[in-house]
Order: sequence, then structure tokens, then C-alpha cells
Amino acid sequence: MGVREWIRSWPVYRQLTGADRLGRGDAAASAQSRERQPRTADADRVAGSVCPYCAVGCAQHVYVGSDDTGEHVLQIEGNPDSPVSRGRLCPKGSASKQLVTGEHREERVLYRPAYGTEWQELDLPTAMDMLTDRVLDARRKGWQETDADGNPLRRTQGIASLGGATLDNEENYLIKKLFTALGAVQIENQARI
Amino acid sequence: MGSNMAEAHPVGFQWVMEAKARGARVLHIDPRFTRTSALADKHVPLRAGSDIALLGGVINHILSNDLDFREYVQAYTNASFLVSEEFADTEDLDGLFSGYDPETGTYDTSTWQYENGFPANAVEGHRHREQSAGEQHGSGGPKLESGTGIATDETLRHPRCVFQVLKRHFSRYTPEMVERICGVSREDFLEVCRAWTSASGREHTAALVYSVGWTQHSMGAQYIRAGAIIQLLLGNIGRPGGGVLALRGHASIQGSTDIPTLYNLLPGYLPMPDARHAGKADYVESIRGTHQKGYWHHADDYLVSLLKEYWGEAATEENDYAFDHLPRIDGDHGTYRTVMDMIDGKVFGYFLLGQNPAVGSAHGRLQRLGMANLDWLVVRDLTMIESAEFWRNAPEIETGEIIPEQCRTEVFFFPAASHVEKEGTFTQTQRMLQWRDRAVAPRGDQRSELWFIYHLGRLLQRTLAGSADDRDRPLLDLAWDYRTEGDGEFPEPSADDVLRRINGVDLTTGELLDSYLQLRSDGTTASGCWIYSGVYAGGVNRARNRTARTEQDETALEWGWAWPANRRVLYNRASADPQGRPWSERKKLVWWDAERREWTGHDVPDFPATTPPGFEPEYGEAGPGALAGDDPFIMQADGKAWLFAPSGVVDGPLPTHYEPHESPMPNLLYGQQASPARKVYSREDNPSNPAPPESGGEVFPFVFTAARLTEHHTAGGMSRQLAYLSELQPALFVEVSPQLAAERGLADLDWAHVVTSRAAVDARVMVTERMRPLRLDGRVVHQVWMPYHWGPSGKVDGDIVNDLLGVVLDPNTLIQESKVATCDIRPGRRPRGRELLEYLAGYRRRAGVTVETGTHVMTAHTAASDATVSDTATPDGPDTTAPDTTAPDTTAPDRAAPDRADREEDA
Repeated sequence: MGVREWIRSWPVYRQLTGADRLGRGDAAASAQSRERQPRTADADRVAGSVCPYCAVGCAQHVYVGSDDTGEHVLQIEGNPDSPVSRGRLCPKGSASKQLVTGEHREERVLYRPAYGTEWQELDLPTAMDMLTDRVLDARRKGWQETDADGNPLRRTQGIASLGGATLDNEENYLIKKLFTALGAVQIENQARI
Repeated sequence: MGSNMAEAHPVGFQWVMEAKARGARVLHIDPRFTRTSALADKHVPLRAGSDIALLGGVINHILSNDLDFREYVQAYTNASFLVSEEFADTEDLDGLFSGYDPETGTYDTSTWQYENGFPANAVEGHRHREQSAGEQHGSGGPKLESGTGIATDETLRHPRCVFQVLKRHFSRYTPEMVERICGVSREDFLEVCRAWTSASGREHTAALVYSVGWTQHSMGAQYIRAGAIIQLLLGNIGRPGGGVLALRGHASIQGSTDIPTLYNLLPGYLPMPDARHAGKADYVESIRGTHQKGYWHHADDYLVSLLKEYWGEAATEENDYAFDHLPRIDGDHGTYRTVMDMIDGKVFGYFLLGQNPAVGSAHGRLQRLGMANLDWLVVRDLTMIESAEFWRNAPEIETGEIIPEQCRTEVFFFPAASHVEKEGTFTQTQRMLQWRDRAVAPRGDQRSELWFIYHLGRLLQRTLAGSADDRDRPLLDLAWDYRTEGDGEFPEPSADDVLRRINGVDLTTGELLDSYLQLRSDGTTASGCWIYSGVYAGGVNRARNRTARTEQDETALEWGWAWPANRRVLYNRASADPQGRPWSERKKLVWWDAERREWTGHDVPDFPATTPPGFEPEYGEAGPGALAGDDPFIMQADGKAWLFAPSGVVDGPLPTHYEPHESPMPNLLYGQQASPARKVYSREDNPSNPAPPESGGEVFPFVFTAARLTEHHTAGGMSRQLAYLSELQPALFVEVSPQLAAERGLADLDWAHVVTSRAAVDARVMVTERMRPLRLDGRVVHQVWMPYHWGPSGKVDGDIVNDLLGVVLDPNTLIQESKVATCDIRPGRRPRGRELLEYLAGYRRRAGVTVETGTHVMTAHTAASDATVSDTATPDGPDTTAPDTTAPDTTAPDRAAPDRADREEDA
């Protein structure tokens, strides 16, 4: 490397003489950093999403890539088009990739029998069948046909539900619809809390 | 007020900063100096639980100095309406309104009616105590039999007109009184008044922001009423830059109210039918007045369309569209009542769908003891939360109150799909629906709630197929034929198909509906939630609209879809004057186009499109056609905004300052100490700290309040497992002032514990001037603040702050008073195991706490006698730490007072 070339490789020189006077772009780049690219560049596609934490409703871009094991979330970023959030995310929204890809996520159905001291694994269809039987049993045990004056109630007090506010509207719709048809009335949500 | 927006809604707060940069003045009124205060022009500290005294002071200031926006108030509110001669105010009854029944702790609201109005439906008066009655009235608000023909005095001088009633009610809310009750200096208070009033009027608007710092009180609905009254007096509703903005706390908590999983509501704020509704016609008549104004008059269309979506072909005109398939409610079936019923052995199975009440609900111990007394519990979540593992990590394990080998509850844990692994809509805090695309598939057994409920329903229908039992009919008739994607026995149901059916379909053509105006009560339309009708207008999923903000105006109608009808500012007819002209050029939003004879503007007009400004309906007219040209509040029975609420709010037609359930202060305004209609549960497992006039309050001398941090989320299930967030906020702490630290010997970063009659909780001490002692009526009151996100699971753990709270509820909403209580704080860590139980029993003994403490809700000095409102303490419940009831109790009358729980069962 000649002296001239050596001086030109110096960022301050490039900042003073080149177009990047603020030193935030090309002037500050090295050969190494020029080769780097954001991890979002490897994405096969981008899904439009919404942050699942507070109710501001910041729009998210979910970058999806794939390898031999299937598709994965590479990164989650704010969507700058949003008139609500203008692309910004708070610490929680910025951490939502960790929320969805972290090792804390459970992958298997677990069952703790009455008086048990440990979890047991259970396969999903079996768990659904066991639950179906239990729902009908609790419904029967708590059934109330009429009140003391003979007015029809046609309900069960044996089953209760409490939902979080990260449920989708479509999910809440089916929850209310199914439980209402079962006669369960104690169907509640974080919205009461 | 009641909001730490910069902390809890940081990305939304950018717009407050944007407004500030353009010259807006930002005031933050809050007990603690927070991240919001730091960015505001002015922070005004006040005592937690005293907000109505301050707001009442502002109302008094406006009315005493003629600072209201008179033209707006006269035209658009009920200020000129005359109130019944029988009405008596808190000024007359030492803090009670007329109609109070001390035995039940409820109001008969019939004396709160307008003159010439008709009495409210008889069902209301009897049911108030037991139901979340505010929501019981549905989207239309409380009904009036007639929206026209109400006596008025346009001069606003009649002593019984709402304007004069309001003036008299708040006349004693003076700057001096605000100072004594709230601890806000006269100078600060007047600065708030000046800032608020000078930023309002023709040329200016002011916005009011609140969050759960207002709702989570025993009179939370009245806090919001007080704020709304100010905003109406100043003409700040329905106008750009104005409003009362509720910042909701979770991604789709607005959606879970609109399409409710709440016991007292059906989708679109239709009330759940009551045991006394004989049938569909009776129900419809009870939720809307025969001659009331506005769109709620068409409630029958919305109901029948819902029933057609629920029961499809089985809902016919002959069977009242299967109305009797709906189960009936007849009291309080809210989450807190239900948890007490679990402890009492009346509930057998419990679903927790993305919720962690062991940490997130008030009185965590009650929650966990309830879960420990079930046949089975289902927990669906992303991760292993405390509510799934209470049988092995609850604090009650250490105290011996829950023993795993003796705990009978079967627990099923189902791993859930995350927000990127399923598609569907969230409704954010401004009523805007935003669709999420599915990014990736979930792994292993992870499934959406949609999958879980759909297949549970399918399996239940399969199991019951062929049943002749009448009670199985609603389930077997249920329209459960949603489109699915994928093969096998368990394909994924289509959220898109569910949203289409929520939007609604014309059953004669199969076409998607464009608007709720197309809904019919003759069985020809089906729609799951009438207010969401239009989200699929023109066959397009409008919740998926994503036109960039740079490619549209600032109303941004092309991003997402807001109910109703994609309207962004509710009641925006009020942005124009009675003649239909914008109040001012710079505050123009919607106006009357005289040439084209229709309403137009930057937003979707919230008014019948072609009803001209000067229109006067005939007397006795009903529905949208009865709306006069200057009735902007189209969902109200009389078309006007209610300064005075003749019905619908069960604890008073006007907000009134009462002390919180637990308070170190006597009520300086009335003999009535706390809300006379608050819902208390007198049970040994739900003790209260004493408050005046009871003795013993000095044992818990400090005001306790709790709130969020940016870096964690509610009960921590979505944040304490994340390394990034856990590192940012690694430990539970308690903020105290330097003065309190000196008084109690607390050192920064050392351990301390906070104590109530329910629990003791360890935390690291943070001594900070963010907490300021308040001088109140000649005494110093200290406040203590804690974040509440910790529990025994996760990367960072800590004691459960919600364990400190008891259960006392707002009677309108059945929401708990968790923003204020009383407490003690001591240096060092709390005792462990059995010693902890003895420690708490000692506190209760010293404070004289019995099962009666806090339950004598009426303390006003009127002719009516004292009475106890109580619930049964169940003798055969699980082993609980009973408060020491042997201590002498000088405040309680004998326990022979009528027992409300017995009456409930009889009702």
C-alpha cells in the first residue's frame, strides 16, 4: 500500500474530502464492514404483523428465512409505513423475536394428575379427548335449569374461563360462541382486570 | 392523569412529544414523578385515589368563572334538561344521592330521571348490585323510554336544570379543598385549571389521557365520568385534538371487550340475557326504549343477525331465532366472584387462555387457593407460567397452605402459538383492527386458540351426537362449519373465514355485508358482531389495509379499519357548530356540505349522512330518524352527551369524591367515607385494612400504589422469560421518598418488605425524590410505589405484588381497586413459612381487622340506619389463614345484620 492509498484508507480523510461529510456512511466503512449485510437480507419473505404487547398496535415486519429444518423467524422490526408507530418499537416490541424464538417456549402438552408432584407428557389428541370428557362432566355437575322462581337459566356454573388480551378477535369470537352454547356463563377476560 | 404513557405506551407517546414540539403544553398529574413527568411541561403530584376531588375542583372552577364553551354545552349536552323534583344530591344527604338502600348498598335510580322522562325499566333497580350494570346497557348506553319531549330550560337558569345541578354539586370543590384532600397546592391547581381552559374553545382543543390508573378504583367509572364532564364543558369531545383517550394495556384488550369474553356481554355490547327476560321481545324491549333516538333503536337487527351466525339454520322466526339457546345470567358472574366460588367448591373446571391470574389478578393468594380446589385446570400459554405450576411453586407451598400431594386439581398445559404463528386481527386502543399474516408455522404441539376452541367444539359435538337431552340442543345446533386449511383430523380453522362471518353475510345472496346499516331482524342477515360489520366491506379484508402514512393524509383511513364504519373520531358531528360549520378553520374535521346536502370532511362523518343541521324530528319519533340536526351523540337515547347521567351509572348520576376503600384520610367533604355502592366481599380470606371511621388504620399508615415498567409486561409471562428484558429490569423494587426512608430506617438497595392485612412482599429499596410526601389537611402522608411484574418463575423472579391487594370492586364494571390501598413498610426481608402467617395475623390483630372491617359501606349521617353488606364466609373451604376474629372490635355492630349472600341466592 502506497502512502497515498494509506491516507485515503483513513476514515477522517475520506470524511473531509468525500461526499459523506457527516461520517455516517461510506466514509466510516471498512473493507470488512462493506461486506456485511443486515440479517434481514437473507429473508425469503416478510410477513406483516402487529406487536403483541401493549395496545398501541405498532406494526411489525417479520422476516422469515429457511434452512433444512424449515422456516424460521430471522428478525422482527418496526414497519415504518405505520401511521401509528412510524416504524418504532419499544424495548418489549424490539425483544419480540426473543419472545417467539426463545427456549422458554413449551412445545409439548404436559399433564399433572391429581395429587401429582411432576409433569407428565401427553399426546395432543389424547389430551383433547380427556378434556372433552371433563368439560361435559363439569358442565353436568354445575348445571342449573331454573332459578328459585322457576325462571329458566339453562346454564352451568361448573366451568369458568379467563382469557388474556393477546387473543385475536376471531379467537375470542369462537370462545364466547362455544362456551355460550355449552351454557357456561363465567367467561371472562383481562379486560375486566 | 392515571397514566404513565411514556412508560407503558412509549411508542404512542411519540405523538404527545410531537404535539409538544408544535407548541402544546403537557401536564402530568400523577402520584409519582415518572418517565412521563420528566417529559411533561409540568408534573403535579397528588394522593393516589383523590383524582375526583381535583377534577371536581376543575369543574367548579370552570362553572364559577363561566369558562365553559357555552354554545357547545347548550347545543350538544344535556345541560338544559330538567331533572326530576324527587332527585336529591350529595349536598343534601351527606354524600349520598337519593334512592340509596343501606341494606343492599345499592341505588334505586328512579329519582335521577329527567322531568317528563319515563322511569327506567323495573329490572334495573333490582339487579344493579349484582351485575356489571354499566355494560349491561349495551352499546347504546342506558336506555330512555323517549329521546324527545324532555323538559328543558335553554337559559340554563332553572334550579333543576342539569347545568345548575352540576354547579351546586361541585360548589364545595374549592382550591382549598383540593389542597387538603389531594395535597396539590393552590398555585399548582390553578395552573392546571388555566392550562386546561385556555387550551380549549373554538380555536383550540385539549386531550385527556387516562389508563388503568383511573379504571382500577372502587369508583373507576366515575373518575372517567369526571374527566368526560370537563371535556364536554370545554367542548373537547368529537373534535380533532380533543377527546378522552383510554390507553388500553394489551394488544387486543379493546377487541376482547368488543367481541367480549365477558360474562355480561354478547358481541357488539349486546347485554347477556337475564333470567327475567321472558323471551326475545322482552329482552329487546328492556335494552332499548320504544321511542329512543339513534342507532341503538335497531338493537333487534343486531341481535337476530348474531343469533343467525350462532345457530344458522336452526335459528328461525318460529323459535325466536333460538334466543332461548342463550344461557341466562342473574347476578355477578365476574372473575373475582368466580374465584371465590372456586374456593367454595362450586366451580369444577377452569380455562386460562393466555392469562396468569396467580400473578396478574388482585389478591393472588385467593386466585391460587381457588385453582387448588378444582377438578381440572387448563392453561394455554407460550411458556410455563405461575398459574400452571401453582401446585409446586405457589408461595402457599412454603407456608404449607398448598401441599402438592394433597392438591386434587388436574392440570393440562397446552403450548400456544405466538402472534407470528397464526393469522387474525388485534383491535388496538383506538378501535382499529389490524390483521396479522402468519409468518411461520408453530412447532410441536403449539396451536392457536382458534384451533383449540374449534376442535374442542367439534369433539364435543361428536360426543353428544344423537343426544335427545334438551340441554345439548344449543351445542348440537351450533353453526360450527368454519373453513379449515390442511388435512387430517385436526386441520387449522381459517381466521379469515371467522372474520368474514363476524363482518356478516346477506343470507339471501351469500354476499358479504358492507355495513351494519344492512343488518335485518327478519333472519335474512347473519353477523357475529354488528359494530365490526364493514371490516370486510366490498369483499376486502380492510383490517389488512396497509397504505403507507406517507401516501395518505393524517387521518390515515387507509391503514387498518376502525369500528364503526372506519370512523376515526367518534361523535365527530360535534366538530362542527349547530349550523354544520366547523367551529374554526384550524379545528375543522367534519361539516355539512349545503350544496350536495350531505355531511363530509376528513373523517367518515358520524351522523346520518343526509340529516341537515337544522332538522327537527317529530315528537315521539324513534331511531336514527329521531335525531335532530344538532344531536351529535347518535348512540345516546336523547342524542346528547350526558353531564348528568339519569341512568346507567349505578353509583351516582354525578361523580363524587369518596375516599378509597382503604385510606388514611377521613372524607373531608361528606360523612360518607368511601363509595356507598362499592362492592365488598366480607370473607375471612379477603380481609381489609381499616379506614376511617374505623380505628386501627395507623397500623397501615402509608398509601400504596402500583404500576408498570416499560421493560416488563403485566404478570410477566411475556417478559420475565426473555433475557433482554430481564437484564433491563432484573429485580422487584419499591420506591420510597427520602423522608419515609428516614422514618422507617430504609436504606437504598437494601431489602425491605411491604405489608397489608393480606400479604407481605419483599423488594429492594429505591430511595428517590420521585416519591414526595404530601401535606394533607395538616398531616404528612407518605406514598409507596411498586411495579408488579414479578413472580416465582422466569429468568428473574420476585414476590408477587398483587398479593398485597384485597378484592373490592367498582359496582359498574366489577373491576378491582388495585391502584390504591394502605400498607406498612419495614426494613429487612419478610418472615418465611408458617412464621409469615403468624406475622400477618399479628398485623391484623393490632389493627383490629375482622371479617367485618371495611364492609360497613354506609357512613353518611342521614336518617337511614347503618347496615352491613357482607358475603358468607364459608366454613368448609380449604384451610385458610383466618384473620384473628377474637380481637375486640369496637366499630362493628353485631353480626346479625342481614346477609346479602343469602338474599343473592334467593333473588
